[in-house]
Formats: sequence, structure tokens, C-alpha cells
Amino acid sequence: MADKLMSTMHEKDMQKVTAMQKVTKILVQFLLYAFLIVMALIIVFPFYWMIISSLKNTAEYRLPVPTLFPQEIMWGNYLEAFTAANLGKLFMNTVYVGIVSTILSLVVTVLSAFAFARLEFKGKNALFAALLATMMIPGELFTITNYVTVTKFGWLDSYTVLIVPFLVSVFYIYLLRQNFLQIPNELYLAAKVDGTTDLKYLWKVMIPLSLPNLISITILKMMGAWNSYVWPRLVTSTDDYRLITNGLRDAFTDMSGQANIPVQMAAVTVVSIPLFLVFIFLRKYIMKGVSRSGIKG
Amino acid sequence: MKNFLQKIKFDQWKAWIYLLPAVVLLLIFTVWPIFNTLRMAFWNGYGLFKELGGELTFEFGIKNFKWVVGYGGFITCLKNTMLLTVLTVPISTILALVIAVCLNAIKPFQRFLQTIFFLPYVTNSIAIGMVFEAMFNIVGFGTTMPSYGIINNILGVFGMDPVNWINAGSSYWANIAVLTVYIVWNALPFKILILLGGLQSVNKQYYDAAKIDSTPRLRVFTKITVPLLSPMIAYVVITGFIGGFKEYSSIVGIFGDDMQAVGGESLNTMVGYIYKQLGANHEGDASAAALILFAIIFVVTMINMYVSKKKTHY
Repeated sequence: MADKLMSTMHEKDMQKVTAMQKVTKILVQFLLYAFLIVMALIIVFPFYWMIISSLKNTAEYRLPVPTLFPQEIMWGNYLEAFTAANLGKLFMNTVYVGIVSTILSLVVTVLSAFAFARLEFKGKNALFAALLATMMIPGELFTITNYVTVTKFGWLDSYTVLIVPFLVSVFYIYLLRQNFLQIPNELYLAAKVDGTTDLKYLWKVMIPLSLPNLISITILKMMGAWNSYVWPRLVTSTDDYRLITNGLRDAFTDMSGQANIPVQMAAVTVVSIPLFLVFIFLRKYIMKGVSRSGIKG
Repeated sequence: MKNFLQKIKFDQWKAWIYLLPAVVLLLIFTVWPIFNTLRMAFWNGYGLFKELGGELTFEFGIKNFKWVVGYGGFITCLKNTMLLTVLTVPISTILALVIAVCLNAIKPFQRFLQTIFFLPYVTNSIAIGMVFEAMFNIVGFGTTMPSYGIINNILGVFGMDPVNWINAGSSYWANIAVLTVYIVWNALPFKILILLGGLQSVNKQYYDAAKIDSTPRLRVFTKITVPLLSPMIAYVVITGFIGGFKEYSSIVGIFGDDMQAVGGESLNTMVGYIYKQLGANHEGDASAAALILFAIIFVVTMINMYVSKKKTHY
């Protein structure tokens, strides 16, 4: 009898405890979501502000209490941004530089990664270690001399100066070499026995097997061209060769001489949208590349 | 046998053919700069004499370093950079850790929120810097009916008086505050990505054991989560420090190339200083400053690695 009483009491206690646990759990979940949603709103707010500001007219933009949605949508701001900052030309420049430098960079990277992963030659490990060591050095240290060098070469104001100095990335070689090393050597030897040439083997076997990494490199390289600012500003002086980010800091002023911020925001939106599109469609590759490299662009 | 040796020899030069483009480019744009930067840095008055039309004296010494540190305004840039790094790295790391832990604890909408938190990563730092400029900017400054900008309006809801964040006459600390907000906003996605990746690979058994012992949540966080995540935390802190010391484009984004509205020089960073000297054809001083920057990054990274080796649990 006593035993039974004890056990029912125990059960009741247990039920109470689980009920308590449930309430706490719901409360904790609620707080988690509340916190995350507030943080997400803070993260997204600048993008929202960018887009709605780009659609306002200057009078509305200058209201003492800003409106959260444009009263009259001004698509014309975008047209003005394109003409004022010459965005069309800068856009074409950036696409050209991005595509050419990505293709050339992929060729150089694949060839050297193959040499480091599959071929035997004297001093291979020493050379590879030396390459990795250069990754420690901040890029600015190279920029100074490279600026002097390209000036001596007479490359200022050309597409060459925007493409060639950055073709080799030690990090990409490293990334791809690791990938190549994972492909079993037996495959290579078998291909050799069959009389397949190295280049054919590279093209038919290694490149298809390391496609995800090659896509990551392509995206990061294109984003690099899209976001580069300091180097083009240093080595180009006309819109013929400047890249899109350089056009952003141009003065967008209206007739009264004040900065026309809505038009400026339209230009900023134009630069940001392709990045969003790339992100939405190729998110997997970007995140993979990023978590391995820790570098931007 | 002879055939085999020939084959090896052939392999030797074949490898170098594959490496040729990379090696040539690296020699010109990576190896030569290392030597040349050292040469220019220790070549007294390199650049300055050339600009004045004078002959270069072949005199090596530390004159450039002395000038950079003593008169060149480098110390101000160093202080600004250090301040921004010391402020932004801890704030962004802790905030990213909290967000990552919260994200890891929810199920519905986890991927959606994760995507939102990654958004600032795929942006152009100059472009979004200009958006932050617009948000903090006071339009019609000095007139009777100024628009104080959206941030001041939001702060006004909480009863704060409008602050002059970035316009002419704004205080140094207001500028630093704006930069800190922007840099943290920009640094969060990478850190969240790495830390969340770490959390998701943590063995669930540790948490189950803690649950059986009904360990309080905070204790689970400090005694299980943080130690198990310590390699990832060390990684984001080290990359954060390196990125912090190279900070430049966020400042250009918000304040423009010359930072005119806020007194130009006073807000510059080390990288900005290097580019300024380079733009003025003072290659010697730019090189000296770049070497100092490299030395600082090297030392800080070594200290970080030493500390993290002692503190991380693998």
C-alpha cells in the first residue's frame, strides 16, 4: 500500500517536472527566436535602407522624419546613376577583367597544382613550402613594388595591369593540390599504361573530379574583380579602364551642389545586386570556399 | 635502366614546364617585391630625392623608418588601427559565438536565418560603407530643418539626442563608434559560418551527458561548448586580428578617399598610410611602413598562436 502511494506520488512529481521542463523549453525557444530575429533585422536593415533610399526623390529623402517606404517611386534615379557615374562602361570593364583573369588564373593554377600533386622533380617540397610562406606577407608589401614595376613596364591605364599581377594565387594552388592529391595515384598510373598523355589525363579525369573547387575559385576570383578598389584606383586614371567600385565614390551632386544620395544609393544597389544573385544561386560553393580560405574575394 | 633514367630526367623538366607560368609571374610580382621592398625601405630617402630631381645616394640605413615613426603621422594611423582591432575583434567574436549557439539550438527556419546572417559577406565593402554613411549622415547640416538621418531617428525613439556621427565637426569617438558598428556588421558572417560549422560537428554525447547530470545551460556553454569550439574560436580571432590590422576599405566606404570631413589624417589606418605615401611617390617610406605592418601582424599572429596552443583543447 505504502509502496503504491510512493510510486504514484513519484509519478506526479515526474509529471510536474516534465511540465516545468516543457514550459522552460518553450520559453527558451521563444527567447532564442526573438533574439535571432532582432539580430537578423539589424543585419538586413542596411540593405533595406539602400533599396528604399534609391527609390526616393531628394525632397523626400531630406524629410526630417525619414519615411520607411518611398511615397513616389523614382526609377529615374537608376538611369541617372548610370549616366552620372558612367556605370555601363565600368560594368563592361569589370566583366571583361573578371572573365579574362579568371580563365587565365584557372589555367595557371591547374597546371601548377598538377605539377605539385603528381609530378616528381628536385626541390618540389622546398618550393611548395616557400610558396606557402609568402601567404603570410600582407599584400600591401607587394603592391608598392608592383606599382613601380608596372609603371616601368608602361602598363598604366591598360587591362593588362588589372589582370596580370594577380594571376597566381598561392592559396588556390594549395587548395587544388590538396584536391588533386585525393585522387588515387593508381588512376594516373593506369592512364599512363594506356598511353594517355598527362594533359589528356588532367582534362578528362582530374578537372572533372575537382570541379566543385574550380567553381569556388571562379566565384571568388570574379567577386575579387567586382570588389577591387585600391589597385585600379592606383594604376588607372580614366573610365576606359577603371572598375565598377571606383565609380561609386564619384560625386553624385544635384543642382544645389549637395550630394544626391538617392542617386548614389541607386549606384550602390546596382553594384550590390549581382553579388546577391551570385550568392542566391551559388551559395554552396561560396560558403565552402570561404570556410576554407578565410579570405574575401 | 637507361630508359628509366631518361624518363626521370624528362619528368624533371616536364614539371618545370607546367610550373613555368606560375613561377615567372611569382618571380616578378611576389619574389622581386620582397627584395625590392626591403631595399627601398632601407635605402635612405628613396623616392623623396627622386621626386625633388636629386641624385639617389647609395646610403643604406634606417632613416625612412625614423621619418615614418617620428614625423610621418604613422603613429596616429597605428593607434587608430590598434583601437579598431581591439574593439571589433572581441565584440564580433562574442556576438558571432552567441548567434551561432542560438542558431544551433533551433530547428525551423535555421537554414533561412543562417542565410540571412551570411548576407553581409557577399557585399562590396565600399558600397555598403556608403549605405552606412547615408544612415548616419545628417542631411542639410547647419540649416534650421536638418534631417538627422535614420540612425539618429531610431535612437530618438529611445530618447537619445541626435549625435553628429560623421559630418564635419564630428568627434573622434563618434567616428570610431560608426566604424566599429560597420566593421562588426561586416565581420559577423564569416565568424558565424566558421563557429556554426564547428558547433555542428561537435559530438552530441557531451551534451547528452550534461543533460543526464542536469547541468545548467550557462555551465554547459562555458565548460563544454567553448572548450570544444576553441580551435575555431582561435581561428576566427587570428584571422580577425590580421584583417583588423589591414583595415582600410571600410573607412574609405564611410568617409571617402581623403576623409576630408573628419580632418583627413586623424582617422587613417596603417594600410591607408602606406597607400598615401605611395601616391606621393615616397616609395621608401611606404616600404618602411609596410615592413612595420608585416612585423606587427607577424608578432600578433605568433602571440595568438602561442596563446591558443595553450588554451585550445583538441
